[in-house]
Amino acid sequence: MSDADIVLVIGLEVHVQLQTASKLFCGCSTKFGQPPNTQTCPVCLGLPGALPVLNKEAFRLGAIAGLALNCKISPIMKWDRKNYFYPDLPKGYQISQFDLPLAYEGYLETLPEGGEPKTIRIIRAHLEEDAGKSMHDEAAGTSDSRIDLNRTGTPLLEIVSEPDLRSSQEARAYLDELKLLMTYLAVSDCNMQEGSLRVDANVNLHIPGPDGVIATPIVEIKNLNSFRAVERAIDYEAARQIDEWEDRGLRLGEAPKRTFGWDDQKERTVEQRQKEESSDYRYFPDPDLVPVTVTTQFVEQLQQGLGELPAALRARLQSQYDLDAYGANVLVNQGSSLVAYFEKLAAVSGNARRASNWVQQDVLRVLNETKTNIEGFPVAASQMGELLRLVENGKLNTSRAKDVFEEMFQAKLSLGDAMKSLGIEEVSQDALVDLCRELLNANPKVVADVSGGKQQAVGALIGQAKKRNPNADPGSVRKILLELIQQMG
Amino acid sequence: MSLLQHSATDLLSLLQSGDVTSQQVVQAYSDRAATVEDQVHAILQPTWESALERAEEIDRRRSAGELLGSLAGLPVAVKDILCTDDFPTTCGSKILETFRPPYNATVIEKLRAADAILVGKTNLDEFAMGSSTENSAFGPTHNPWDLTRVPGGSSGGSAASVSADLAPLAIGTDTGGSIRQPAAFCGVTGLKPTYGRVSRYGLVAFASSLDQAGPFARSAQDTALLLDAISGHDARDSTSANRPPTSAFAEVEQPLESLRVGVIREQLGEGVDDEIRVAVEASLQAFQQMGASLIDVQLPHARYAVATYYIVAPCEASGNLARYDGAHYGLRVESPELGSMYSASRARGLGEEVKRRIMLGTFALSSGYNSRYYLKSLQVRRLIRNDYDQAFENVDLLLGPTTPTTAFRIGEKSDDPLSMYLGDLFTVGTNLAGISGLSIPCGFSAAGLPIGLHLQGPAFSETTLLRAAHMYQSVTDWHARRPPL
Amino acid sequence: MAFSHDEVLKVARLAQLDLAQEEVETFAAQLGHIVQYIEQLDELDTTDVEPMAHGAGVTNVFREDQVQPSLDREAALANAPNRDAECFRVPPVL
Repeated sequence: MSDADIVLVIGLEVHVQLQTASKLFCGCSTKFGQPPNTQTCPVCLGLPGALPVLNKEAFRLGAIAGLALNCKISPIMKWDRKNYFYPDLPKGYQISQFDLPLAYEGYLETLPEGGEPKTIRIIRAHLEEDAGKSMHDEAAGTSDSRIDLNRTGTPLLEIVSEPDLRSSQEARAYLDELKLLMTYLAVSDCNMQEGSLRVDANVNLHIPGPDGVIATPIVEIKNLNSFRAVERAIDYEAARQIDEWEDRGLRLGEAPKRTFGWDDQKERTVEQRQKEESSDYRYFPDPDLVPVTVTTQFVEQLQQGLGELPAALRARLQSQYDLDAYGANVLVNQGSSLVAYFEKLAAVSGNARRASNWVQQDVLRVLNETKTNIEGFPVAASQMGELLRLVENGKLNTSRAKDVFEEMFQAKLSLGDAMKSLGIEEVSQDALVDLCRELLNANPKVVADVSGGKQQAVGALIGQAKKRNPNADPGSVRKILLELIQQMG
Repeated sequence: MSLLQHSATDLLSLLQSGDVTSQQVVQAYSDRAATVEDQVHAILQPTWESALERAEEIDRRRSAGELLGSLAGLPVAVKDILCTDDFPTTCGSKILETFRPPYNATVIEKLRAADAILVGKTNLDEFAMGSSTENSAFGPTHNPWDLTRVPGGSSGGSAASVSADLAPLAIGTDTGGSIRQPAAFCGVTGLKPTYGRVSRYGLVAFASSLDQAGPFARSAQDTALLLDAISGHDARDSTSANRPPTSAFAEVEQPLESLRVGVIREQLGEGVDDEIRVAVEASLQAFQQMGASLIDVQLPHARYAVATYYIVAPCEASGNLARYDGAHYGLRVESPELGSMYSASRARGLGEEVKRRIMLGTFALSSGYNSRYYLKSLQVRRLIRNDYDQAFENVDLLLGPTTPTTAFRIGEKSDDPLSMYLGDLFTVGTNLAGISGLSIPCGFSAAGLPIGLHLQGPAFSETTLLRAAHMYQSVTDWHARRPPL
Repeated sequence: MAFSHDEVLKVARLAQLDLAQEEVETFAAQLGHIVQYIEQLDELDTTDVEPMAHGAGVTNVFREDQVQPSLDREAALANAPNRDAECFRVPPVL
């Protein structure tokens, strides 16, 4: 047996924060980055006697996400308490969903880079409340933890995949697609810096042996706060587990599930000590909350409202606009607003390929450089479309058009004003003819050379024409010059 | 005639007619408290001073011709398990001894909106766990009929307040009989409303699927008055029934025609004091004489109610009481490490009965036992509910004793929790099924201790129960008797 | 069932309760009695009986996604046994 025969088996648990204004069970704001303990009330502080009431929008967003993940929506869902003590969990239990989750049995199509599309099955997606934040206060010279409960009760959707992933690249592709889907649907902003998307990975090995495949004990890796960290932690853990298998040969069931954290600085996983009882969560139905029944009518309504999801959108962009897979993917991955921008641009300009090139090369470059998004982009698609139409009709060459684009963006000008500001005006046919006559009269040698068959000699005059009038289109100048020489001849 | 002898209904008329002022009423009760409270110890946190200020304000508003609430100027004592933003809310526990909620329970807000006057937060078994009020961390309450005996529990302070004339009205909570059993022991009327009838928002949870706040008074009519003021839908309580407040007071004097009374024969046999059986049978005859028909009914699973209750309630409690860990509020025993801070704070702050129930619930939910105990209890709970549903197909209400014994002596059952639990046999089924139950006085033992008659009705039948009780109280005077304090 | 001291201690750890040695003994005996009493439920066949977890028959209770005012920080921290100007303070997890 060689390492190459060993199969890496990965399942991901992803928490996304649902994009609601208020918390899951109370009216406190979910706004990020506010001063500590200014977004709490009796309910999310877990004060005696306070009671939770479900946020309708959180439920709706969860159901939308479930449908988009091709899940079944439970006709009845209920709430359960997950009991454990932690200072960021003021009630001593987390309200979650145990045996009747909102959504179950779905799948997500992924596109691993350089690989074949792969379907990853989803076990379940359930709603739960977030915990608060513990901060270690070493600066103050004490070892106390400081607790901020602003985040307590923020709505989360936990999405649990089957262990269908086989490499860190596949995990990355799954996460990219999941994030895209959630942001497309405005279910979550998936901002990892703000903790709106968090990943735990379950990793083990399947090792072929003479008596069939042997599975090794599962390790859960926590604290993965970037997709990069997910990839590195999985790769690190794979290598570590192979070593451990070779050292100790433990099989699944012969050792308890262990939990590791990812240390981003040291680039390694570190085992976290667990108390013996810590996994006995004593789930039971939360008697403070009532079940939610879901009608097929409600599900159908949501399904219709989903609109076009990224996978379908990619396919349509390719067939409708004749884009290649790469181009369609780049556009779709930027989100639905950018795709909408592209589609408008394609319609106004009358050339979808040109529109696609401009979006990918120019618009995305500027957005990147200025760290903005398409929503805040000052050049309207209609204006940009007019610009491309001028190029399409030969009224503006590409390099001049790029100057105009730059001016429209930098100075936030309309197409007309930007052209005016650059001094670009359409030159009339008569004016061009006059200009060309003047040039020919002044350069008899060129006339002679061209008449003698050296057509390229006309190039020198095109340069002069450009100097005399920068708006003169070189193609038109060339055509007129040649016609005039012919007439003269 | 002393102001204390008037019913709440009468006091309301006297206040409305201007014959007495609210200040006079509050002062009379305050004077009474000054003479008997050191013997009864019904109130943990008296609020007479602020009550007199409130009374003055209400009197002023009344003389200015303002429209006042339905309880305007009447003193009400409230069990110290409903949150008040102006007084501590201790739940009878050391762990919350200094806790000041930053908000009011819905029941408290409704009482304020009705212009009632809070005169004190009453004593209780710690976190409402108990049947004697001996489990209060701040000392027991004494039964006004015999100071050596318990007032029942867990709402013993509220029952004793009404019984000893410390207030004409009081609020208790009932998770397994905690209003009805002390009402029976103290000779007053106490109602456990249907689950969902009264908002639980701000009622510190013991067992969330069973807890209900409800009224104590000296008569069915006064009980109706108080129920109307505190009932109704509350958007802050997901389990609140989407129904308007009751209008029991307006209907309570209407007799019930052709009332069908179900008699639970099992509850009139072995294990019930003879004196109680005789008193209940006499009450059955009284109903018969008023035209009711008596129909024997079976509740085949009723005998499993205590076993079921002592899983469901402790399991929920083990979760509800996890928040008392010294981290964010309440008592903390400082420790260099988090885990030992938790366990030391809880060990010092929680009393023995509370710990016992947390242990029991934690065990019954723990890995390997969950389905054997917890899930099983939920299934039996369904069977118990089904029994009631079947019974109510043929009868309007059920009659039986509230308790198998009269009030026992303080300390008598302290070392035997199971025997204490078995005293809840007749009341826990009501909570498990989520229906309504009422206890009214129906006689006295030879030792002079009150006996309670238990009326149970279908969900949302409070008005029927109160009308039946009023009929009975119109032909008997047990409810009018006062303890010799 | 009978409760051993170890079982009592295990439950106490789950419930975060320090128990004195005599409490362990008392609870072992009392919990044993109570659970034995509870086990009379085993007499009942509850196959196919739907569990009843809630007292109310209510379903689908929601609130709209509207932000309501939060407590002032002072009110939120007022009952804290240990705090600073901004946060609750607790001992470190070891």
